[in-house]
Amino acid sequence: MRRFTALFGELDARSGTTARVETLAAYFATADPADAAWALHLLLGKQRRRLITGRRLRQIALEGSALPEWLFDDCYAHVGDTAETIALLWQQLEPETSHGTADGDPEESLLDQPLHRWLGELLPAAAALEGAEQAQAVRRLWQGLEPGALLVANKLLTGGFRLGVAQGLVLRALSQVSGLEPALLAHRLMGGLQLGGPQRDSAQSSAAAWNALLAPAGGVDGPISRPYPFCLASPVEPEPGAPPLPGPASDWLVEWKWDGIRGQLIRRGGEGFLWSRGEELINAAFPELIAAAGALPCGTVLDGEVLVWPEGAERPAPFAQLQRRLGRRAPGRALLAEAPAVFMAYDLLERDGEDWRPRPLSQRRAALDCLLHGAPAAATAPEAGLLRLSPLLSLPAWDSLESLRQQARAAGAEGLMLKAAASPYRVGRRRGDWWKHKLEPLRLDAVLVYAQAGSGRRANLFTDYTFALWSEPPRPGEPAPALVTFAKAYSGLDDGAIAELDRWIRSHTIDRFGPVRAVEPLQVFELAFEGLQPSRRHRSGIAVRFPRIARWRRDKPAQEADTLASALALLQSPEAPEASGDVAP
Amino acid sequence: MPLPPGSLLELTPQGLYCPAAAAWIDPWRPVPRALISHAHADHARPGCGEYWAIGSSEGILRRRLGAAIRLLPVEYGQLHRIGDARVSFHSAGHVLGSAQIRLEAGGESWLVSGDYKRCADPSCAPFEPVGADVFITEATFGLPIYRWRDGAAVAAEILAWWQGAPEQTSILFCYAFGKAQRVLAELAALGVGQPGQPGAEGREILLHGAVQALMEPYRQAGVVLPPARPVSELPRGESLAGRLVIAPPAAQGSPWMRRFKQPQTAFVSGWMAVRGARRRRGTERGFVLSDHADWPGLLQSVRQSGARQVYVTHGNSDGLARYLREVEAISAEPLEGDFNAQRGGERLDGEEPAAQPAATLSKDGEGARASVTGAS
Ligand SMILES: [Zn+2]
Ligand SMILES: [Zn+2]
Repeated sequence: MRRFTALFGELDARSGTTARVETLAAYFATADPADAAWALHLLLGKQRRRLITGRRLRQIALEGSALPEWLFDDCYAHVGDTAETIALLWQQLEPETSHGTADGDPEESLLDQPLHRWLGELLPAAAALEGAEQAQAVRRLWQGLEPGALLVANKLLTGGFRLGVAQGLVLRALSQVSGLEPALLAHRLMGGLQLGGPQRDSAQSSAAAWNALLAPAGGVDGPISRPYPFCLASPVEPEPGAPPLPGPASDWLVEWKWDGIRGQLIRRGGEGFLWSRGEELINAAFPELIAAAGALPCGTVLDGEVLVWPEGAERPAPFAQLQRRLGRRAPGRALLAEAPAVFMAYDLLERDGEDWRPRPLSQRRAALDCLLHGAPAAATAPEAGLLRLSPLLSLPAWDSLESLRQQARAAGAEGLMLKAAASPYRVGRRRGDWWKHKLEPLRLDAVLVYAQAGSGRRANLFTDYTFALWSEPPRPGEPAPALVTFAKAYSGLDDGAIAELDRWIRSHTIDRFGPVRAVEPLQVFELAFEGLQPSRRHRSGIAVRFPRIARWRRDKPAQEADTLASALALLQSPEAPEASGDVAP
Repeated sequence: MPLPPGSLLELTPQGLYCPAAAAWIDPWRPVPRALISHAHADHARPGCGEYWAIGSSEGILRRRLGAAIRLLPVEYGQLHRIGDARVSFHSAGHVLGSAQIRLEAGGESWLVSGDYKRCADPSCAPFEPVGADVFITEATFGLPIYRWRDGAAVAAEILAWWQGAPEQTSILFCYAFGKAQRVLAELAALGVGQPGQPGAEGREILLHGAVQALMEPYRQAGVVLPPARPVSELPRGESLAGRLVIAPPAAQGSPWMRRFKQPQTAFVSGWMAVRGARRRRGTERGFVLSDHADWPGLLQSVRQSGARQVYVTHGNSDGLARYLREVEAISAEPLEGDFNAQRGGERLDGEEPAAQPAATLSKDGEGARASVTGAS
């Protein structure tokens, strides 16, 4: 734990890419394999599980302490993070015992316990207890730690621990240590490391996972469920008058850019696996797709998009319908019928157990066509309609690109994908072969009405904004019409603008509701978003997708912001099924 | 909460006023007579008829408020009769020449803390505990998450950070008046600047013009500082690898920074105790060092004042006052007024000002046009 805390501190303090890679490599090169495996797990942001809630930690910290609860809460409001607040306060919460670590602890300092023991044993054990026993166990852990380690331990307990290191840097460091290609490491890391639970042998299994990761190339087989690293596209930015991409249009394969969940469907060893791009196994949420994968020959891996597509419909249902299928472990029969999923395949990564990624896309695609159309098993199976082939679109010349893109909305897509016909399937986002050409976002000018402080990095700053549209056009000399809240946005401003807006909010607050401030409706922002859907859940009657701030319209008086009517006019498909009650807002 | 009518001090639109002395303490607007706790921009403002202040701050005050101001230099502990009041200045340990101001009349005594700290600081006189019936204290860092470490220990970290990057320029952002000299004095105490040590002659610490301008008053006051010279004196093209540069926060992101190729940067401030604040700052490192009292320092000072009534200004005044009432059973109230509004700007920049006359900036000759108008 001592070494990992030092690593955390160093990464926190160094921002240069090379320096961070060096720091990581130095750690990996010398750490105990079981610890290295856990550290890697944390670095990749895989430790999402919450062991104890922040609220419970606060309670434990305050129990038996002289610090008033309100003062703790003042501190929390200032820091923005329970784990850090406790780390900063612990000395005064428990001043007589928190100093040093050598208060007669028979099994030496807890700080010297290895990381894998903390994560595999000590923290889960404390989390598994209840009531006073749990409080005692957590306090015992705190007592053994200095503030830096205390912060790390608390962050591990409350889940969502982030070291803020890009995966690419971690791979570079691993590559330095092992001499293996980053792409191979990325593949081996797909689906996560098998670290084992809080059992006796967790140290062995973690060490084994680490050694397997760094084993010489070619030697080891991964688990049959292991997906390939996804190939990611970059946005294309065409210059007027010039071809958007090199070579003739015929060098490129064109498809719709679907607005679903990117997925990898695997059929190996008689089993089916569906992975999301976030490397979550989502078999449980899409049982019909796992069943449909049964029609594929063993040793097949498809890349594609999970969409909700009602039978007989001309285009997929809006993304909100797909969201209904996530977040539940097993969908009920009613939901399966209301929001049926399909897998829209566009690439073939593995065939007959052979890695096809090095082959040119044109060849992979031809084999994919064959597999999904020609294979008798797939064609006759009742679920065959659930595995679909994303159609190739015809682009005879570059000058028809724009008119093709404009048809995307009608097709229920969010734009076009352009993929070099001769390209291999690459790891991650590598500019050159895969491009996305999205539709222009929709835009509206909205008025800032509420603000709330962010958390973590943005604690103390008002960074979460709520925007409203006029219920009808304001007319000079008449009472202002109502402002209807319409979208929330967290991103799109740079740090300078955030700080400036923060000051403005503080001096133009007209009301407070807990952490939320109502501000004078004076500031106008241009919001960009990817889509609009009618929604009964929202007061405006509209749900927006991916809203973000495009510009601060300092030039625009609030009276000139858009109205609800202008938003409704943007709803491109009023006949689209209305999102029903349980859609996440 | 306003001060009770008929008190020794009252709050006027110009600031805290003592009718018995016909004097304002750190007034916000021009008044005939100003008693100045210290030379930071939010405590010493131009345009007053006469200024009473500690003699060692005279140079800085004249530089900032004008050479021709009518200034009456005083010594720590001297008792002055002003009108019907007896007034004395006592060391506040905040920056060079900083004072708490004690006023006494009609059998009652009040103590106004100004800005103060309790940690040792080799660049100024230490805080002197003073008793009074009523104590007006600042609470810039009035939360128990703020507990300072020894300045020498922080300076050792800064030294290690600097020495750990021999191929880069290390730029340390600190407030130009007070913090910069404290850091330099702490470094000098670690041997920096002596022959064979980091920062020795020929490899001196380099200063932004805004910091350079304040070195002379400190040297005159006998503060031991390592050799240092303005960056602008160095010939263009000379390698700055391995050099330490001290600059005010406002220089960060300004054109002045262009001279440095891929420097490592750090910010020195009490606010750096919180990770969120450190990240927002956009520097790689944050060193936690403040010239204000931390939470234990605030409580200790309140207790030592022996005051029966405490008023709290600046920062978390509500919180500290409530704590004093509910936990320490001391009668305490936040003092309403323009104290916070007068600080202006983002809290992060509000610890100490880096105020600098425009003339100094242009003298630097490096295009440092960034407005260095701090307020704390
Ligand atoms: Zn000050
Ligand atoms: Zn101040």
